[in-house]
Amino acid sequence: MAIKDLLERFKKGLAKTAQLFNFASWFGRKVDQSFLDELEARLIQADVGVASTSKLVDRVREAYGEKTADENLMEFVKNELKGLLADPRPGTLHVAAQKPSVYLIAGVNGSGKTTSIAKLAQRLKDQGKTILLAACDTFRAAAADQLTIWAERSGSDIVRGAPGADPASVAHDACDRALARSVDVLIVDTAGRLHTQHHLMRELEKIRGILQKKIPGSPHEVLLVLDATNGQNAIRQAEVFTKSIGCTGVILTKLDGTAKGGVVVAVRQTINLPVKFIGVGEAIDDLQPFDADTFVESLFA
Amino acid sequence: MFDDLQKRLSTAFGRFRARGTLTEANIQDGLREVRTALLEADVNYNVVQEFMARVSEQAVGTLLIKSVRPEQQIVKIVHDELVALMGPADPSIRFEKVGPTILMLCGLQGSGKTTTCGKLAKLLAQQGRKPLLVAADLQRPAAIEQLKVIGGQLQIPVYSEADSNPVKVCQNALAEANRQARDTIILDTAGRLHIDDELMNELSQIEKKVRPHQVFFVCDALTGQDAVASAAAFNEALELNGVIMTKLDGDARGGAALSVRKVTGVPVKFVGRGEKLDKLDAFDPERIVGQILGMGDIVGLVEAAQSVQDQEEALRQQEKLSQGKFDLNDFRKQIGQMKQMGSVRDLVKMIPGLNQMPLDLEGLDADGEVQRISGIIDSMTPAERKNPDIIDISRRRRIATGAGVDPADVSSLVKQFDGMRAFVKQMSQMTMFDKIRAMTGLGKAGAFNPGAKLLAPKQGTGKRLTPKERAKLQKEREKEERRRRRERKNQDGDNGPSPPDRPR
Repeated sequence: MAIKDLLERFKKGLAKTAQLFNFASWFGRKVDQSFLDELEARLIQADVGVASTSKLVDRVREAYGEKTADENLMEFVKNELKGLLADPRPGTLHVAAQKPSVYLIAGVNGSGKTTSIAKLAQRLKDQGKTILLAACDTFRAAAADQLTIWAERSGSDIVRGAPGADPASVAHDACDRALARSVDVLIVDTAGRLHTQHHLMRELEKIRGILQKKIPGSPHEVLLVLDATNGQNAIRQAEVFTKSIGCTGVILTKLDGTAKGGVVVAVRQTINLPVKFIGVGEAIDDLQPFDADTFVESLFA
Repeated sequence: MFDDLQKRLSTAFGRFRARGTLTEANIQDGLREVRTALLEADVNYNVVQEFMARVSEQAVGTLLIKSVRPEQQIVKIVHDELVALMGPADPSIRFEKVGPTILMLCGLQGSGKTTTCGKLAKLLAQQGRKPLLVAADLQRPAAIEQLKVIGGQLQIPVYSEADSNPVKVCQNALAEANRQARDTIILDTAGRLHIDDELMNELSQIEKKVRPHQVFFVCDALTGQDAVASAAAFNEALELNGVIMTKLDGDARGGAALSVRKVTGVPVKFVGRGEKLDKLDAFDPERIVGQILGMGDIVGLVEAAQSVQDQEEALRQQEKLSQGKFDLNDFRKQIGQMKQMGSVRDLVKMIPGLNQMPLDLEGLDADGEVQRISGIIDSMTPAERKNPDIIDISRRRRIATGAGVDPADVSSLVKQFDGMRAFVKQMSQMTMFDKIRAMTGLGKAGAFNPGAKLLAPKQGTGKRLTPKERAKLQKEREKEERRRRRERKNQDGDNGPSPPDRPR
């Protein structure tokens, strides 16, 4: 009994070490149930989610069941994921024919909206564009201050309202100023809100409505900021935000940690929302266009 | 495709129910659903594997012997195991007898540390402590400002230094606390990624130099599989005393709570359920597990009701009710309170049984209905609210115009209110037992039809009473009640000293 226990533990330890190695350590193994279980574990641990994972595992079983795992199988899995995640226009945002292009940014509390906006502003500034930021987060204490500091760092202009003011009115003023000064890009920051708070979601719809009315055809992009450390709840976030304000893309933040952000696979599968940018650090230039290849490789790293 | 844990388990256990008898094979079937549900609730993969192994062992062992209501036993096994996994609830914080107690909050970026600092300060202040908030987050722009604003709202002092380093700020804060005679210090540290050695070092430095008595890890309930890794890293660096879960007011199932508890062994102390500064609750494992298993968040419902209705107002209304003086003003107040508790949709979610039904409230705007009713009452004059019987055709038309509804809506509201008043009156004259019975009956009639308006209990089918006759009847009823009360008082007097006068 004791010896069997010990052996069991030893085996478990080995399995863990094997997990640390890359996919290559799986080559030569038979694609049986335990192999598929391991693949499943790997994907679920990257937050890809049960449904998306089982779809993928089923595909592998169909194509490679009872065969021997080799490089082709790995390529097969990766290609499946890459095909799913690839963005037809990676890293580019829709530019309006007539100035300004309006980008609305939303997300749950603490997902990193304000920081992402700062980075985005810097990025567009580097491309030689003039930027106006609208600080529509009038709820959280000092949110506008935070954005103002970032605006100064990136040399952008900013419109802010009094604490507790109606965010839609800030959006309104921002539109006026953007038109008056004919800036290239207007980026609208909003307060973090959990998607279950109906009244706050309606507030967001109102902001969107104001933008639409003041600048026809806008917002040209509605970006949802998702935290890579989030789990399956991100799917709900994407669903509800998209339903309410019609998201066009995702900014995936906090990828510089150990979280893999695999939930974007599920997000893409359920609502077809492409990842536009990823945040990989706290510095102002740490916003990169999303690259499906690198991302998929890192899922298995 | 995303189902919450609750629905999934209901389906899984429904399957047990449908089959009647249990075999080892169909237990595994149902348990696989449980596994999927836990994984989709973001419980850590390894934790789930281990948990499932234990549960299926138990389930197969006990269930095949006893065939009585097997699904209940499975629910019980899963429930008990989950509760055991969460550990006992212990929202207490140990305070030092001498000198200020130092509490340190740490966590990943955006987990809600600064807000939680404010909530914790408020909670402790209510318990009679004198907290001092310390802004040790020099990383994020405007973090100090945020804490200052929160401190201002709570009227709790905030200690901060510009252009300093976090260790120094904390050290100086200690001296400041002694000077101001504050007995609890709450350190708001910078958010960080657990793999950022430099920032982790800074935390260890604070820990070494300032020696906090308790270290709390602020954990975002939305976190996925990575929760375990970050909690473990913080635990290793700082030896955590407790975990505070945040953002549990969303629809995240908080699987992270399970995982963190299981992997680090650190108890969850508090949960944050909203952006307002009073939304910090003691963690209750039974409540969360119950919610997960589809038993509904009844505790939450009761708490919501308690928190919006202050005690005195409740007593005042009770008094009015018992005298039958319940008017539209009170009705309006109650509607307001209902709205404070959350939308009708939120409330329905908390009620067991109802939350499982495929309730499609999309087309049915229950919240709109509530708003419409309050609109109508708002358009009445105080006199009309007090005595709706004076509403005649022209008044009705005026009210309808004011509220933007049909005159017919106004009369139907008044009719409903009459019915309700009669019901309330009846209730006030019943014993507690009768009240419960009556309420259950009411529930049966109306609870499963959330779109329906408050139905008036059917009155006698005979001729319609004139207001005069009704007033006469009412007077009689009041007289009867006074007599009864008098009798009761006399009885109390006979049975020795009367109990302290308690308003009913």
